[in-house]
Amino acid sequence: MMIELSGVSVTQPSAPDLSILEIENWSVAYRQTVFVHGPSGSGKSTLLNLVSGLLECRKGGVSVLGERLDHMSRRRRDRFRANHIGYVFQRFNLVHYLNAIENIELARSFSERGDRRTGADSIRPLLESLNVASREWHKPISQLSMGQQQRVAIARALVNRPELLVADEPTSSLDQDNRDTFLSVLMSIIEEHKMTLLFVSHDMGLAQHFTQVQALSGINRVA
Amino acid sequence: MFLKIAIKSLLNRKGSVVMSLLAISVAIFVLLGIEHIRQQARDSFASTVSGVDLIVGAKTGSLNLLLYSVFRVGTPTDNISWKAYQEIAEGKDVAWAIPLSLGDSHSGYRVLGTTPDYFEHFSFGNKRRLAFVEGEAFEGVFDVVLGAEVARTLGYSLGDEITLAHGVVSTNFSLHENSPFTVVGLLSPTGTPVDQTVHVQLQGIEAMHAGSESGFGGATSYDQRQLEAGQLEPKSITAFMLGLKSRMVTFRLQREINDYSAEPLLAILPGVALSELWQMVGVFESVLRLISMLVLVAAVLGLGAVLLASVRERNHEIHLLRVLGAPSYYLFLLMELEALLICLAGIVLGTACLYLCLVMLGDSLFATFGLHLDAGVFTPDGLVILLFVLAAALTAAAIPSMRVYSQAKSYNVQ
Repeated sequence: MMIELSGVSVTQPSAPDLSILEIENWSVAYRQTVFVHGPSGSGKSTLLNLVSGLLECRKGGVSVLGERLDHMSRRRRDRFRANHIGYVFQRFNLVHYLNAIENIELARSFSERGDRRTGADSIRPLLESLNVASREWHKPISQLSMGQQQRVAIARALVNRPELLVADEPTSSLDQDNRDTFLSVLMSIIEEHKMTLLFVSHDMGLAQHFTQVQALSGINRVA
Repeated sequence: MFLKIAIKSLLNRKGSVVMSLLAISVAIFVLLGIEHIRQQARDSFASTVSGVDLIVGAKTGSLNLLLYSVFRVGTPTDNISWKAYQEIAEGKDVAWAIPLSLGDSHSGYRVLGTTPDYFEHFSFGNKRRLAFVEGEAFEGVFDVVLGAEVARTLGYSLGDEITLAHGVVSTNFSLHENSPFTVVGLLSPTGTPVDQTVHVQLQGIEAMHAGSESGFGGATSYDQRQLEAGQLEPKSITAFMLGLKSRMVTFRLQREINDYSAEPLLAILPGVALSELWQMVGVFESVLRLISMLVLVAAVLGLGAVLLASVRERNHEIHLLRVLGAPSYYLFLLMELEALLICLAGIVLGTACLYLCLVMLGDSLFATFGLHLDAGVFTPDGLVILLFVLAAALTAAAIPSMRVYSQAKSYNVQ
């Protein structure tokens, strides 16, 4: 299994009695594209933070790629995330004072794997496959359109060749056209690199693109 | 990559970064500048007189003797007899002796009566002898040698005739009208009280007093040019400087002079007295230092505040870096590195400004205050100060850095 959660319970640090997320058993198989939907505040981001190791799992077990995140130290989780998990958010995916190439290099600098070729050489094909024109590569991020930024964000998330891509409402800031382009590019890349996708959104209209659709309320006993 | 992020992030926040950079630069400028001036003032103070083993005067405080004999400040309590001077000067351990006679003035500058030996033996700084820009040492009774500042301020040149007055006030009524002196030598600047001194022969002093007494009202004036040195033997002098054949006898001779029975004398070691005097000035020195420290503290706190304010606007960035796999300490170090870069830039800017100022103002400072500042800002002491500044900046930046660190570490459940 790519992702396995069992007996997980996450509580607010300020209110230890109040659970935000409680998952008895939930798993995602390799090379699935999973769509998890639910209203905002239902614990979607918490689920993603748990899977990516940003949030420490105090109760229950979380394993990704067969490795137990809850048994790892914080530092090892950081390294594991850099090596194996790509992450795309709704916004603020990129360091705004760096350009596209620098953002991707930054992501690569935290990983111990990926393509170690220097400069833009290894990044170029990636950006090209995501339809980011070369004239945009050295522009400050703030000068790129939202659609361009999200595509650069995917390139950044993919540069270390992660097995799992986690997407947190990545299309919510995009208009209809850009959303469709984004999704088709994303799906073809996932297919090409044989990755697993965990995609969270409140927009049910996207569900048709995925192999597995899951309501968060179906797995989270609290919601 | 780490350094690149830090630099780009700083460039991205130019406004506040430049402000704190300037604050740090000003602090560095003040800190190094004050330290530099302090050092140089101390050096130039300590080098007012050198190569003189003992200074002898009438019994008084040693500081008082130093002040009037070397700095021409204050008034001697009493004179010492010419006889006593001759007796000591002819002692077997004495290599040379320079008599000093003070009490007269010219346009507010002190007149020093002495002998040509003064130009031979008196030295300042690192055993530097007095040097002539123009002319030479006096020979005749009415010859005058001017210190650099006197010549410059009063606009005298070789061959000019000047009048000397009794007492030290420039608007003195008892002008020695009948005793016109001629400028025969101009000394090069020394940065010591020598620059503010009018030098004449001991006999010149006697002659001008003799002239004014006998020639009161101008009735019995005589051609004073005919007076020969030697005919006018002084009855008393103010003090004298001694150079000894061997340093070993300094203390013995000092004791002998202090126990001189014929009249009460005091012999002092110029080095000891100078450092005693400097200690009194030391309070002022500490205050200056304290002020420059406070300027630094203010600048460093400003830097801390600027970084702290940036933490809030960098929330997304911190989150993003964490997601990319940056460990929490990475963010701590990033913040510290930014502080370090601002501080280093401030050091470069501040030191460069100080250097330029010293190069440009050096001459006018020397001319105005007789304070000689060389432009060598990079002393070991200066380096210690700069390291201290870096440490202070890193400490101040530790607060925002810790904030970022804990924010990165305690990943909150949204």
